[in-house]
Amino acid sequence: MADGAQPLGTWLRLAAGGAAALVAALTVVPLGAVLARAGGVVMLGPADWAAVRFTLLQSTLSAAISLALAIPVARALARRQFPGRGLLITLLGAPFILPVVVAVMGILAIFGRGGLFNDGVAALGYGRISIYGLGGVVLAHVFFNLPLAVRLLLQGWLAIPAERFRLAAALGFGPAEVARHLERPMLKALAPGIFATVFLLCLTSFATALILGGGPRATTVELAIYQAFRFDFDLARAAALASLQLALCAVTALAAARFAVPAAFGTGLDRPFARWDAQGSARRWLDAGLIGIPALFLLAPLAAVVLSGMPGLVSLPAPVWKAAGRSALVAATSTGLTLALALPMALAVARSGRARTLEAAGMLPLATSALVTGTGLFLILRPLASPAALALPVTVAVNAVMALPFALRSLTPPARDLEAGYGRLAQSLGLTGLARLRLLTLPRLRRPLGFAAGLTAALSMGDLGVIALFADSDRATLPLELYRLMGAYRMEDAAGAAVLLLALSLAAFWLLDRGGRADAGT
Amino acid sequence: MLELDRLVITQDDFRLAADFSIPKAARVAVIGPSGAGKSTLLSVISGFFRPESGRIRWDGQDITDTAPGLRPLSILFQDQNLFPHLTVSQNVGLGLRPDLRLTAADRARVDEALARTGLDGLGDRRPGTLSGGQQSRVALARVLLRARPLMLLDEPFAALGPALKDEMLELVADIAGETGATVLMVSHDPADALRFAGLTVLVADGVAHAPRPTAALMADPPEELAAYLGRPG
Repeated sequence: MADGAQPLGTWLRLAAGGAAALVAALTVVPLGAVLARAGGVVMLGPADWAAVRFTLLQSTLSAAISLALAIPVARALARRQFPGRGLLITLLGAPFILPVVVAVMGILAIFGRGGLFNDGVAALGYGRISIYGLGGVVLAHVFFNLPLAVRLLLQGWLAIPAERFRLAAALGFGPAEVARHLERPMLKALAPGIFATVFLLCLTSFATALILGGGPRATTVELAIYQAFRFDFDLARAAALASLQLALCAVTALAAARFAVPAAFGTGLDRPFARWDAQGSARRWLDAGLIGIPALFLLAPLAAVVLSGMPGLVSLPAPVWKAAGRSALVAATSTGLTLALALPMALAVARSGRARTLEAAGMLPLATSALVTGTGLFLILRPLASPAALALPVTVAVNAVMALPFALRSLTPPARDLEAGYGRLAQSLGLTGLARLRLLTLPRLRRPLGFAAGLTAALSMGDLGVIALFADSDRATLPLELYRLMGAYRMEDAAGAAVLLLALSLAAFWLLDRGGRADAGT
Repeated sequence: MLELDRLVITQDDFRLAADFSIPKAARVAVIGPSGAGKSTLLSVISGFFRPESGRIRWDGQDITDTAPGLRPLSILFQDQNLFPHLTVSQNVGLGLRPDLRLTAADRARVDEALARTGLDGLGDRRPGTLSGGQQSRVALARVLLRARPLMLLDEPFAALGPALKDEMLELVADIAGETGATVLMVSHDPADALRFAGLTVLVADGVAHAPRPTAALMADPPEELAAYLGRPG
């Protein structure tokens, strides 16, 4: 034992090892089942290769556009102070926990054929544009990932020491010199990692493609797996496509792992930032536009959903409420499961100094697709139970595992700080086992635990993924029920259900995150 | 008696040897240039750093492989001696029971220790609301309750002003006197060593030397110590 590292207690070793094994069982084993089923005999047709091409095209476009737009926006946010800046930066974190179905509905309300944007286009005398297909998928992915990219880049900007900007001001640098000497080197270091992160998220995105894509020209691999499974019940083809998706994810994840990415949820993004460059009213107006237009792009769809859905909320049919109850249950269970997996893993990583295997196991779900995992679990469990009976348990398990990397990212750094700050004191006093958990770990990690719980609950509440593979109408979650209402063109009920889902997701996040902050001792 | 039996400590290029014993109830200063390994020596005795070879014994019992919390000692670090989210009483109570399931009698003992260290009525406060001197007193109240026969001080009062530091050293001397504890104290200040410690261990050039009477050592310092003190040997 070198200094800093400690022997792990028996219970912690067991819990962390068990958690890692369970994560592996829920990611690697289903992959194995898929690969075994695919068996190499299935010939992929031209439609399947078209899906691969479309997947790569939309991911590349989405990542490139998100990054390109994020750079000027983050730059404007980094160098301006204005009332509401902190709130806006917090809101930039919102699309991550927004139910995809709801956001896509909002995008349709603004950019759809009858939406406000198209009304404007028509008023100017141009023909209305269709949002379905490549354009819509990319638009929705930019909606989700532009804010993420802005937040990641903002962290890069804030990581440049304030003294450098002071020095730049003392040397009389203008914006061009600041860009050349301070900003461009930072961007060069961060941009590849952010591009790869967004690319990976778009590669495995399912619900967006389900609603806005489809057809021979706009089907992603993830969507093709769903169609092979759900419509054709062609297990061999689903498995072959899943193997293909697996290869795409693995290559991208390996590439992404080579680049540094700042933590997406770092705090302190709203700290004051003194800048002396970029003065002058023209630049002020430019920055105001660079901040205002994306803010509008993010807020308008949500406002549209809320406004159109409020009236329908009171008259929602019973199945919607039942689905909401199921969703709440799924979210609560997967949140508990995620925390039970993440906490021992984070503590074990923090305490043993370096635990590469454990850390890798925790990040594994990032590189897997939910539908591949779902397909694999179905293949494994098929002899034991009917798919419909498995729908909710499998959804809980997949949601819990998919949220694990994000929970670990928010828990591991504070767990490391806790260990560095108080590990020796606790050891010298013989504070171990459950007493340590109760008196030291839980009280000191309340905030990140609350945040991780809120994130998991919101992600799980809004998830439309594996559940679409399995569920019949008696076991639909709220996002699936909402998707069905949209498919049946019951737009009033759909709008009401969307508001309900939005409220549930945000409330789950807010309550759990608040719970972690309230009364937390310093 | 604390025995360091042919102890060898290595870490990368660093190497420190110690082979001596310290009599019971002695008050010993550990002095030497920074980077010589004073803190590392205390880390090894308290169980946070494993020695390359050699044994550590207390009263003849080998404690080289004992977990830190089970060793017959209390240690105060340079900082982070208190849990900021627990109250003063809870921080002190950890000295009695690490799981804080305290009986009424235990609580009375905590109050007594608080009174003894001049912290009357501060039991419900959090450490962050106390002054630096008061925080040191809380840590010492816990040492008092743990009543372990060996007390290690790794410069816990370094951040305090001279008057406060003297006050704390007096409190340490009182507590050690009451519990009969042996004290090992890292120090940068020869005056502290002279006033507080009858014996001094010089740590320099890769060796922790056997303890010698402080007054004699300071009156006739060996070359390494003279260089550290800045006067001709």
